Amino acid sequence: MMMIFGVPLAAFTGQLMLGLINGAFYALLSLGLAVIFGLLKIVNFAHGAMYMLGAFATLLGMQYLGINYWVSLILVPLVVGGFGMLIERFILRRISHLDHLYGLLLTFGLALIFEGTLVNFFGVSGLRYPTPELLQGGYNLGFMFLPIYRGWVLLAALVVCLGTWFIIERTRLGAYLRAGTENSALMQAFGVNVPLLITLTYGFGVALAAFAGVLAAPLYPVSPTMGSSLLIVVFAVVVIGGMGSILGSIITGLAMGLIEGLTKVYYPEAANTVIFLVMILVLMLRPAGLFGKEA
Amino acid sequence: MIETAEQVQETPEASQSEMLRVQDLHAFYGESHILHGVSFNVKRGELVTLLGRNGAGRSTTLKSIMNMVGRRTGSIVINGEEVLGMKAHHIPRLGVGYCPEERGIFASLDVEENLLLPPTVRSGGMGLDEIYAMFPNLYERRRSPGTRLSGGEQQMLAMARILRTGARMLLLDEITEGLAPVIVQKLGEVLMQLKERGMTIVLVEQNFRFAAPLADRHFVMDHGQIVEEISAAQLPSRREHLNSMLGV
Repeated sequence: MMMIFGVPLAAFTGQLMLGLINGAFYALLSLGLAVIFGLLKIVNFAHGAMYMLGAFATLLGMQYLGINYWVSLILVPLVVGGFGMLIERFILRRISHLDHLYGLLLTFGLALIFEGTLVNFFGVSGLRYPTPELLQGGYNLGFMFLPIYRGWVLLAALVVCLGTWFIIERTRLGAYLRAGTENSALMQAFGVNVPLLITLTYGFGVALAAFAGVLAAPLYPVSPTMGSSLLIVVFAVVVIGGMGSILGSIITGLAMGLIEGLTKVYYPEAANTVIFLVMILVLMLRPAGLFGKEA
Repeated sequence: MIETAEQVQETPEASQSEMLRVQDLHAFYGESHILHGVSFNVKRGELVTLLGRNGAGRSTTLKSIMNMVGRRTGSIVINGEEVLGMKAHHIPRLGVGYCPEERGIFASLDVEENLLLPPTVRSGGMGLDEIYAMFPNLYERRRSPGTRLSGGEQQMLAMARILRTGARMLLLDEITEGLAPVIVQKLGEVLMQLKERGMTIVLVEQNFRFAAPLADRHFVMDHGQIVEEISAAQLPSRREHLNSMLGV
C-alpha cells in the first residue's frame, strides 16, 4: 500500500476530502458573515442558527410537505433568507443607530431563541435526512473512495461561493454593496435606497447560511445545536481571513478545512484546536487578517 | 448685517424661477445646535457661493439639504417641493447632485465603476463619452482603483460622476481644497461650462479668488447663519469688507 509520511494514501486523501468538505461549509458561512458585517457592521451571531434553520426547513419540508431535496436547495434559502429580511427590517433596524455591540448581543439572543424553541420540539439528539437518490453511492478513484454526495457538496459550495464573488466584484449591484460598505451615507445622497440595500444584503447572507444548511442535512445529524458549534470555528476563520476580501474568506475557509483535515491525519488530538492556534498566530503577526486591509 | 439677512427672508414666495429656497433652517448634531436659522434662495441657472470661516456652518448647510445630519427644523424647498420630511435617498431624485468635501471616492471601485455608481435620477445627464471628453485623465485611468488617482483627478471624478446622473442642481463642497493652481483653473472652466448648460450650482468655497469671477451672488455665513448677501455687481466695492470678514 502506498504511504504518505507514514499514513496510507487512502486514509490521507480521505481526510483531505473531509477537510475540504468542512472547508466548503466554513467558506459559505464566513462569506455570508463577511458580507453582512461589511454593510451592517454587525457580527451576526444568528448566522449558525440560520444554517441550522436551513437544515431543519429541508428536513421538515420533506417530512410534512413532501418537498424533495432539489426543490429545497432553491426554496429553503429563499424562505430562510426572507425570514432574515424580516428580522433585519423589524428588529435589527430598530437598533442600527446604537453601538454595534447591541447588534451582536441581539443576534446572539435570537440564535438562543431559535435553538431553544427547536430543542423543545425535537431534542438535541439529531435527526437523519436521507441522501438524495441521485447522489447515493460513490466512485473508487484508485487513490481514494469518493462518496458522490461529498463531491456534490464541494462542487455546489464552490459554485455558489464563486458566483457570490462574481456578483459582488463584477456587477453593478455588487458595486452598490462595496460602495455602501465604504460609505453608506454618501450612497444615500446619490439616491440609492440604502435601507433596502441593507435588508437585501442581510437576507442574502442568511440565504447563503441556509443553503449551507440544506447541503449539510444529508451529511450531518440535523439538530438544533448544529449551528452554534460550527459558528465558533467560522468566527475563527473570519478572524484569520480578515473582513476585507470576499475571495479571501472563500480561500481561508477551504484552507482551514484542509489544515484541520491534515491535523486529523497526523495528530488527531489537536484537530479541534488547530484553527484556533492559527488564529492566535495570525492575530499576533497580522491583526487585520491574511486578506484584510490594515486599518 | 442683520438687515441684509432679513431681506433675504423677505423675498417673494417661490416663483417659477426658484430652484432652492432655504428658510429658517436649524440643524443639530446630537446635542449641538449647528445651524441657527439659515435662510437663502437660489434661482434656476444661478451660481451662488456660501462663504465663511471654518465652522461657520457652510458644509452643514449642504448636508442638511441632503438630509445627512441629525435633526432639522425650518423649511427646504427644492423645485417647489418641500423636502424636510423626505427620505435622504429621495432628494437626489429631484435632480440634486452632491459632491462632499472629502470627495467620497470609493477605494474598492475602479474609476469607471465610481463614475457609473450614482443612479441616473433624470434624463439629460452627460454621457460617458462627453464626460471623458471633459476629463481626459479619467479615461486614461478608468481601470485604476478610485483612490489611486491624484487629488486633482479624484476631485474631477467626484464632479464627473454627478454630471452623469442628470442632476440639475449641484451642491459642491470645497472642490478646490488642496489642489494645484492648474487644476483649480480647470475646475473653474468646468463650472463655467456647466453654468452655460443651465445648471444651478451652490458652491461652498474657501478660495474666494476662485469663486469671485464665477458666482452671481455670494452668501456669507457666520455662527450658523447667513449674515450677508453680496451680488456680483456689489462685489468690487465690498471686497475689502468681505476680506476682513473671511479673515483672508
